[in-house]
Amino acid sequence: MTAVSTVDGSAAGYRAAATLRVGTEIRRQLTRRRTQLVLGFLVLLPVILFLAFRFGSDGNDTASQDQSGQFVTLAKSGAANFTVFTLFVSASFLLVVVVALFCGDTVASEASWGSLRYLLALPVPRSRLLGVKLVVGLLYSAVSLVLLTGVALAVGTAAFGWHPLRTVTGDSIPPGEAVLRIAGVVGYLAITLLVAAGLAFLLSVCTDAALGAVGGAVLLFIVSSILDQVTALGGLRALLPTHYQTAYTGLLTEPVQWDAMARGALSALVYAAVFLALAWWRFLRKDVTS
Amino acid sequence: MVRVLPRRRRDRVVAAIVVVLLVAGLGVWFAVRAPAGFHTENRVITVRTGPHRDQPVPLDATLYVPDTTPAPAVLLAHGFGGTKASVAADAKELAGRGYVVLTWTAEGFGRSGGQIHLDSPDWEVNDASRLVDWLGHRPEVRRDGPDDPRVAAVGGSYGGALALLLAAADRRVDAIVPQITWHDLGGALFPESSGGAATDGVLKRAWLGALFADGLGGIAAADPGGPADPGGASGVRDVPGCGRFAAAVCAMYRQVVTTGRATPDALALLRRSSPAPVLDRIHAPTLLVQGLADTLFPLGEADANARGITHAPVRVAWFSGGHDGGTGSAADHDRVRFLTVQWLDHYLRGGAAPDDSFTYSRIIGYDRYDATVRTTAFSAPAYPGLAAGGTAVPLNGPPQRVANPPDGTPAAVSTMPGAGFAGISPATEIPGQAAAFQSARLGGAVDLSGAPTVRLRVAAPAGAVLFAKLYDVGPDGRQTLVAGQAAPVRVRSAGTVTVTLPGMVYRFPSGHRIRLVVDTADQAYAGPREPATYTVAVASALTVHTVAGAPLTDPAGIWYWVLLAVAVLLVLAVLGALVAARVRRRRRQRAVVAEHADTPLVVRGLRKTYRDGFVAVRGTDFTVHRGQVVGLLGPNGAGKTTSLRMLLGLIRPTAGEILVFGHRIAAGAPVLSRIGSLVEGPGFLPHLSGLDNLRLYWRATGRPADGARLDDVLAIADLGDAVHRRVRTYSHGMKQRLAIAQAMLGMPELLVLDEPTDGLDPPQIAEMRRVLQRYATDGRSVLVSSHLLAEVEQTCTHVVVMRRGELVAAGPVAEIVGDSPSVLVSVSDVDGAEPVLRNLSGITSVARADGGFVVELDGLPRRELVSALVSAGVGVDRVVPRRRLEDAFLALLERGES
Repeated sequence: MTAVSTVDGSAAGYRAAATLRVGTEIRRQLTRRRTQLVLGFLVLLPVILFLAFRFGSDGNDTASQDQSGQFVTLAKSGAANFTVFTLFVSASFLLVVVVALFCGDTVASEASWGSLRYLLALPVPRSRLLGVKLVVGLLYSAVSLVLLTGVALAVGTAAFGWHPLRTVTGDSIPPGEAVLRIAGVVGYLAITLLVAAGLAFLLSVCTDAALGAVGGAVLLFIVSSILDQVTALGGLRALLPTHYQTAYTGLLTEPVQWDAMARGALSALVYAAVFLALAWWRFLRKDVTS
Repeated sequence: MVRVLPRRRRDRVVAAIVVVLLVAGLGVWFAVRAPAGFHTENRVITVRTGPHRDQPVPLDATLYVPDTTPAPAVLLAHGFGGTKASVAADAKELAGRGYVVLTWTAEGFGRSGGQIHLDSPDWEVNDASRLVDWLGHRPEVRRDGPDDPRVAAVGGSYGGALALLLAAADRRVDAIVPQITWHDLGGALFPESSGGAATDGVLKRAWLGALFADGLGGIAAADPGGPADPGGASGVRDVPGCGRFAAAVCAMYRQVVTTGRATPDALALLRRSSPAPVLDRIHAPTLLVQGLADTLFPLGEADANARGITHAPVRVAWFSGGHDGGTGSAADHDRVRFLTVQWLDHYLRGGAAPDDSFTYSRIIGYDRYDATVRTTAFSAPAYPGLAAGGTAVPLNGPPQRVANPPDGTPAAVSTMPGAGFAGISPATEIPGQAAAFQSARLGGAVDLSGAPTVRLRVAAPAGAVLFAKLYDVGPDGRQTLVAGQAAPVRVRSAGTVTVTLPGMVYRFPSGHRIRLVVDTADQAYAGPREPATYTVAVASALTVHTVAGAPLTDPAGIWYWVLLAVAVLLVLAVLGALVAARVRRRRRQRAVVAEHADTPLVVRGLRKTYRDGFVAVRGTDFTVHRGQVVGLLGPNGAGKTTSLRMLLGLIRPTAGEILVFGHRIAAGAPVLSRIGSLVEGPGFLPHLSGLDNLRLYWRATGRPADGARLDDVLAIADLGDAVHRRVRTYSHGMKQRLAIAQAMLGMPELLVLDEPTDGLDPPQIAEMRRVLQRYATDGRSVLVSSHLLAEVEQTCTHVVVMRRGELVAAGPVAEIVGDSPSVLVSVSDVDGAEPVLRNLSGITSVARADGGFVVELDGLPRRELVSALVSAGVGVDRVVPRRRLEDAFLALLERGES
């Protein structure tokens, strides 16, 4: 028989702060096929892009003047540009899906497996459960982002060499600083993706359907992006969570344009804080019936 | 869960603080842009104007009066083709900052009377002077002396020239902010870039036509009611095609457009409408704002004005807008607004003195979402003019022969009035009509901020008109016309000319080339009509002027502070929440009900009402003592599982409480660590093996690994090698056994099992029975819910019966079963026994059964039944309570129904 050890009546060796450690949660998620597939795909994507550039026809398409067109034209001019291009094509959708997957699936899938109630009965305090789940979800998201960037840099270096970063405005940024700029882009993307993470996490604690949480978050992101295209909305668009999604292009000019990024980071932090606060509020009061 | 009220109140206080902070944040956000109080008055002010100040002209005006008066005034003039409504937003902004603002529709436009005289000193400037008089009599306006209001004149383009001309004509004006306006209207409309005579200027036909149309549109755009009063009519209105233009202006237009050349008369008229001849009379401090996207009034106009004003402080700023680019980038818009307000605040209200710095910006990109350019701003200590610093960029290319097309058709396109160049440059060239000279690949970026110059050698026996332009040529050969500008040059004969291109701000990136293109025709200009052929060559390097500017601190700096504040606030909020939660948890967890400190489970008055009003559990009480195996019995919907979920802190009770070893159960109560549970079926991570599931589950408790008793529980699960397979591949029964094993990990003092035998086969059920009975030794207890009554009867020591959320009975199994009033009597002589039984009193019914009778007793003790039979000579083989738990259960339920 176990002896009572503490004044709170817990079993010997039990400490609320020691339950479900981050390392344990990482292991619980790591062996999931889903996690492995996502990480694997992010490694593969730069390779696919490289192959597309290598074997795709280099036809004289009508050189588009907008930003995406210019990024494409510059993509082959070096590792830094290739990485920027890879991030550019991934940022608006792929990374949102990845982040929504890691943060939206985490609680809802436990609920659907029925393991959530056993974790709570351990007991893992609800706040701690959310905290650890969020930290691990964000950790995997960050790893994805860094992995994609790192592989793109490696593939780009092997394929196109290590040249200064050329910007759409025609500036050349020396390689050393270019790495800093790319790190800045990754950092800014990480902050803006917090919105997707927060939203997915909120949906995750509200539903037992993991796909619903992930899909819901992605859907809302798409709706926000569509609304952002409606110029008739005027200043209201600045309130949309996706409005400043491309503000990181300010890092690809000379000198750096920080203001839109500052506003974007502010908007992202506020949105993420609201979503996460709601998630906590909801989960701490929820009757767990799954 | 029962909470102490003050704690709940504290929750609300915390919530209220969060809400207040959020609202405050939003409030600050909006307060920055919220207009301060002011009100407006719409007026028709009739001024006596004209050369002799005897012509009454009604002007449609609006006066913006701030809440605090008297205040300095601002005359806010609109651009050509506009009305007072065009500047309403700016007026509100200034009124919000505490200025009395007077806007009016210039004469000849909108609902004002009069005619368009092109900012003539006799008319429009006179009008404005009379408006200064009018302001001088308004009590709301601060005064410098009798009839002398404290007033500034602000305006763009047409309004900007008016501000300059008014300041020259009326010494009462205390400051002016002329924006994107001209120095010499003749020179602006008939530019000549090699220093030639004014009459040699090349007509900027596209712009002049566009402006004239704007003037004509003044009537069409007016209110359906028409002009308030067409005062000062002079019959011009009857001339078709002249609209409200004054006769002289209309005649000038017709003449110059017909001939394509500037006549001395036309130039004289335009010069009267220009600040150029009167700049030395200006004594009002002047802030000149000129646009970089302006092919109508390029930087050179403001440059000339800045040099001409000698008796007043002058400050110059360039921004990315203009007649082509509008307000430019958002950052530039803010900068211009800041500079304007700073200028007015200092010279009208004695605010902080502006420094002499010169600020300008460079376009660095195009924001597709906001459809605006993005810029970066620079600052230099003083305005250096358009020829600061010079870098020579050699241009290569042989002399080239170019053709002038007949009547200027076809022609290259440099710009279209107002089309802008930020997004897509419309520039095109016609082969054979353009000579191109280009630099080598640039080794480093070349910054252009000024008016570049180049010498051209032109062979044109009969004279020629040429257009010099700068292109940025990328490594891929794509060329972009810099700033949309073209510099027209009229060459009299063969010779060398020095061409000064319009002022521009541009960066030629490293690796690009600079290309100078010399065209013979341009759609925006009127050139010679006869076909001809010239030879063009460069005679010098291109001199690129550069201002030594330092990047300006971002005017959007407030956002960094807001961002920082929000980030700090969030961190503090998270830390605060953590501390508050810990304090609250600790306080709650330490409360023990001493009398139950050694009782595994006490349930008191437990009640659960779901949000939809369904009552799942209505007031249940029961107790589980050490060493007991308690069965929780009840049909579906009795509230068993809901009760167990509340016991585990998964669901919050509506009323009542659950004490485990004296500790009140709430979500995550530490005492839950002494309970092992299986509720509503197993729940495992399907991608892990059974063993990994158990290991990670125990690891998640954070308790030492040796306390898990992993081998013991694995033996109970009896999964063999399957324990290494993924749970996804398990059968239901295997998962069930694994789940029971998981519940027993660490041998908790209270084991709670919901339908543990679900999915097990009979031998496993029998084994499970033994396991549970064994488990409840050593002071451990088990709470089992089941619908298999026989199972409960054989396994449990105690039973709790629930029905529709209510407790029906609770107690030892023997007691509940023993209550049964029905006995089975086996006798030696069935026929002999029957009459004996039927004659007994205290019996409800007698029925024959296999080898005996089923007797329903009604108060008769069993021993009397036996003695009656024996004394009648009937042998009694056995007397057993016939009904087992199942019957007792059903009887209890029926009793509950009635």
